[in-house]
Parts: sequence; C-alpha cells; structure tokens
Amino acid sequence: MTVPAEAARRRIVDLFLSSEERLLQRWTQLSGASPGELRDLYQALRTALSSEDGDFADVRGLLAELSRARVRQGHTPSDTARLVFSLKEALYEVAEADGGPEALRGFVWFSRLVDDLGLYTFESYTAAREKIIIDQTEQLLELSTPVVKLWEGIVAVPLVGTLDSARTQVVMEKLLQTLVDTGSEHAVIDITGVPAVDTQVAQHLLKTVVAARLMGAECVISGIRPQIAHTIVTLGIEFGDIVTKASLADALSYALSRSGVEITGAARTRVAVRAERA
Amino acid sequence: MSAPRELPIATNGDVVVVRQQVRSLAAEIGLSLVDQTKIVTAASELARNALVHAGGGRVLIEVLEGGRRPGLRLVFSDDGPGIPDVDQALTEGWSTAGGLGLGLSGSRRLVDEFDLVSAPGEGTRVTVTKWAR
Repeated sequence: MTVPAEAARRRIVDLFLSSEERLLQRWTQLSGASPGELRDLYQALRTALSSEDGDFADVRGLLAELSRARVRQGHTPSDTARLVFSLKEALYEVAEADGGPEALRGFVWFSRLVDDLGLYTFESYTAAREKIIIDQTEQLLELSTPVVKLWEGIVAVPLVGTLDSARTQVVMEKLLQTLVDTGSEHAVIDITGVPAVDTQVAQHLLKTVVAARLMGAECVISGIRPQIAHTIVTLGIEFGDIVTKASLADALSYALSRSGVEITGAARTRVAVRAERA
Repeated sequence: MSAPRELPIATNGDVVVVRQQVRSLAAEIGLSLVDQTKIVTAASELARNALVHAGGGRVLIEVLEGGRRPGLRLVFSDDGPGIPDVDQALTEGWSTAGGLGLGLSGSRRLVDEFDLVSAPGEGTRVTVTKWAR
C-alpha cells in the first residue's frame, strides 16, 4: 500500500486546518500552556502550511519569543520543547480518528516538522539563556569592583574573585577616575578576596599601581595572605618598592600616617555588648 | 578515588574552571594550604600558556595514589607551534607574550616534578606533579 507523499501531506494539512477547536483544546490540555499562546502559534502554523512556499519564519519568530519568555519565567528547556511536541499527540488523535492511510503517512511528515520546530525552541532557549549569562557577567564586572572612600584622601578597592584583563581594565579605570574625583593621594588595593595571584594577576596589579603613581597617587597593596606570599616568592614576582601589607587595617594605618593624620588612642576604649533575648 | 579527568582549555573561563578543579582536588588529597595555592597557581600559569601561545589545549588531572603519599599530576598539552628553544623559554624574564616572563620558570619552582616536552610544530606537553607532605 503506497500513498503518494503529496496526497498524504495534503490530507494531514486538511485535517490540521479543519479541526482547529479540537486540536487547540487537546493541545492546551496536554501542554498545560495558556490557550492564548497556543492559538497564536496555531494561526502562524496555519498560515505557513496554507502558503505555497511553506515559509515558517513567522512560526519560528513566535517560538523564539515564547522560548525567551519561558526562560525568564524559569521553565526548563524540556518544558518548552514538550509544549511543541505535544501538538503531535493532539494531531495524532485526529489522524487516528480519520483512520485513512494518507492521514497516517501525512502524520509522519507532520511529526518531522514538529520535531524541527521543537528543536528550534531548544536552540532559542539556549541562546536566550546564554544572553542572560553574558548580561549578568557584564553586570558582575561592574558590581564587583567598587571603589570606596576610607578617609579624606584615601580610597580603597576591595578586589574579589578572578582578576583577568577585563576586570583589571574596569578596576583601573574606576580607581583612576575616583582618584581624580575625590582628589585622593592614597589608594589601597585589597586582594584578600583574590584566590590565586599568578603572574598575570601580578602584572595587572603592577600596572594599576604604576598608572596611579603617574597620577601622583601612592598605592598600597593589602590582603596578602601567607600562602599568597609564599607563592609570589616562589614564582619570583617582585613588587619592587610597592608597599604591601598583610591586612586592610595595616594599609589604612600606613596611609593615614603617610598623609599626616595622627591617631591617638583614647585612654580607654569601652565596648559594651549586650545580648537581648527576644 | 577518582578517575583522571580531562578539561578543555579554550577560553579564559576554562582557565578559571581548571583552577577550581585543581583546588578542590588538591584540598581533597590533603595538600597544605600553601601547597594548594602553589599547584593552583602553577595550573593557572600553564593553562594560560596553552591558551595564549597555542590558542587552547587541554589538561589531564590525575590523583596519584598507591605511593607513600598521595599526589596530584597535571598534564597540559596543546597542538600549538611548540617551543623552539626550551632552555630560553625557561629563562627568568623571557616572554614572547608581553608578560612578566616568570610563568614557566616560576611554575617549575612551584611544583615537585616538572617535565616539558616540545618541538617546533609539534605542540607542547607540560607535566607537573605535587606530592602531599
């Protein structure tokens, strides 16, 4: 029993077009998506299937939009793909009710089409997710490099995480700009939160310090933990005449004394700690 | 404990992943904090070398057991242009990439065993091992 492909295709498209309400109802039931979304998709599919050239650009556009919306709502990519695939099941029921060999053969063709569209949602989903990740990386780059004022004339940059070229660029720009804006002459770069200092990180730090010096500011690098000191020495990196301190507190007191601020301890410091029970 | 695992080195992000993997394995086999930092830093240098000089490569991370002490072995390999003069490449301050020129020579000091095999046109393979004390 052979059925011409063209006839089979026509039959399934006819079935698809004629049983709109039944399909939509079953599709909504199977996928759990909103009827509005599915109706739009159905309309686009209908236009694409009825047109001579079989242009699915609109359908793809809609699917991409749907995928993006679903990424934001926190759906999994399988969920989104399943939404599309469930159309197959809905249409299969219609084809089975019809029972003709054309309808069943046509269904195989249609199901390949739906598979393609389903995979397409998967791709758009990944693309949308990747875009979010890239955006967040950029935001993080901005967020993770604050320049804070510690004292009149003293600013600090607490560095956290990986220091790559892009980060260093942002840090350096921000630091130099803040030095100008606040008229500070001392800057403390704190690397307590940098997990590993390799030659690249060291080189970036050195460049930042030299740039700050060119602007007349003095830099102190603080937050050098024992294991980092050990590694830097073994690597053979030399910080030259750059002042380094173990902690941010040391660096601050150094910068304060350099800028002529005298700290006189009060006769007695009283710290009252009171625990209250709720 | 765990089978050798291979990680790709194709982007700066991969260098970070290599560092994290090496750090967690180093902690797992009981390297001291200083030794952990040393092997992580060496891994960072060598991974970046593969990225900068060869456009990428891969690293095989292996936990060595069965000996008196556990160890961590990292094999960095790439299919890049290779190193024409290995002695020169290991010289302090020699850099072809505008760096400090301490990456390769410094890494050798950071680990217990260091082996570099390279020839022009045949890529580079660096094997480093750090033993727990």
